[in-house]
Amino acid sequence: MSDKLVASSLNAYFGSNHAIRNINVTVSANRVTAIIGPSGCGKSTLIRCFNRMHEVVPGARVEGAVLLDGDDIYAPAVDPVDVRRRIGMVFQRPTPFPTMSVAENVAAGLRLNGVALSRAARNRIVEQSLRQAALWEEVKDRLNRPGTSLSGGQQQRLCVARALAVKPDVLLMDEPCSALDPISTARIEELLLELKENYTLVIVTHNMQQAARCSDFTAFMYTGELIEFGETRQIFTNPIRRETEDYITGRFG
Amino acid sequence: MVGLTVLATVVALVPLFLVLGYLLSKGASSVNWNFFTKMPTPVGQPGGGMANAIVGTFEMVGVAIVMGVPVGIGAGIYIAENPTKWLARAVRFAADSMMGIPSIVIGIFVYSVVVEPAGGFSTFAGAAALAIIMMPLVTRTTEEMILLVPVELREAALALGAAHWRTTLSVVARAAASGIATGIILAVARVAGETAPLLFTAFGNRFWSTALTQPIASLTVQVYTYAISPFADWQRQAWAGALVLTAIVLALEIGIRGITRGSARVAR
Repeated sequence: MSDKLVASSLNAYFGSNHAIRNINVTVSANRVTAIIGPSGCGKSTLIRCFNRMHEVVPGARVEGAVLLDGDDIYAPAVDPVDVRRRIGMVFQRPTPFPTMSVAENVAAGLRLNGVALSRAARNRIVEQSLRQAALWEEVKDRLNRPGTSLSGGQQQRLCVARALAVKPDVLLMDEPCSALDPISTARIEELLLELKENYTLVIVTHNMQQAARCSDFTAFMYTGELIEFGETRQIFTNPIRRETEDYITGRFG
Repeated sequence: MVGLTVLATVVALVPLFLVLGYLLSKGASSVNWNFFTKMPTPVGQPGGGMANAIVGTFEMVGVAIVMGVPVGIGAGIYIAENPTKWLARAVRFAADSMMGIPSIVIGIFVYSVVVEPAGGFSTFAGAAALAIIMMPLVTRTTEEMILLVPVELREAALALGAAHWRTTLSVVARAAASGIATGIILAVARVAGETAPLLFTAFGNRFWSTALTQPIASLTVQVYTYAISPFADWQRQAWAGALVLTAIVLALEIGIRGITRGSARVAR
């Protein structure tokens, strides 16, 4: 089990607001790592530092390093666009591109990256990505319908397929099930177990039961700091820090 | 209270229906095949038409679109994507100011900048004046439509590893496209009815001409010329011209609302 992503002395700011402080955490390859914590603790900020999306916000900046397979993605010579091709992201609200069909949505990442493909190759990748996202059977007859014609849960799986189509190493998921009903949530959680064979997954969730069900490792954050990090089993049954135990047992948050 | 607002609405609608009714009653009888296909005839000879003026309006508006719309869209995208830069703020302020400039002033401006150095009136000068009127309208509607695109869409594209410019063009502008098209059509409807700036730039032409460097007739100027003339036949044709012009503008405005309402239904 190797280290895929390593955050080292990571700090992130929104202007003068010090949002995350001195985070050191390791994400293991082919595992699901969950980040939990109360609202405003910095979980989304942390995950957005992993694919250099944090700096897209005006006035935001990052200090420290994030190593992807040993190379710092914040090194001066590194293009954030390349980082985002290797580290994909699925957001809280499903965002299929409204002017594109289902198939065009899945292939959008390739098109936006300027990858020139034959129609056959593109169709192959579209099918493969939709299968990986457990959506192929449901949409294979309506690939040319608008992406927005799918249900919420299907749209979110479409976004997963879209992210997978560019063949990233890591998939970050920022509360992917928050906007979904319980059945769709369960489908996505099943998906995590299938995906981790080929990808490294990091999931932010405010649903502790989800973290306990789906993840191998869990990081607990509070007011911008990493309070505790360890195997999920240990965190939920035998937490070391008192804050972790308070959060897990529902005393706050 | 409700009665008062209903009354106010009725009063506001009365001029619209009066104008349309009057145009129809005065002009409908003169709108015939001759009107659309024949050239103006010498005074006293019946049966002339406004073919050259109709073509002239279409040509000038077409050239104005080519000149003004790409610049307007580009400026609108720039302002929307870089709201904090001083240049963006300056351009937005300039566009807002330009929308308030009377069109006759723009006509005089183009006269001194294009017509005088060139030595004569021209289609190009007329189109330039119309383009200058169109540009700030297109810029502002483009900016507003782009700002309406949810930031999640932009982030989704960036997270796929798209470069910033590609995100703007392929995703954001595409999502705003129907709104931008609406803005363009409305700007076209606005300039199609302009008369004063064309008096100083395209001037008008009794004969058939489509050359860019020659004066050209337009529906609006022709209506004006005929309306102030003392000849009954010409005045009849002026009514017909006014009716046709109003019909074109109304068709554009109602048509675009019908289309966008349909596409809004599809998107939901």
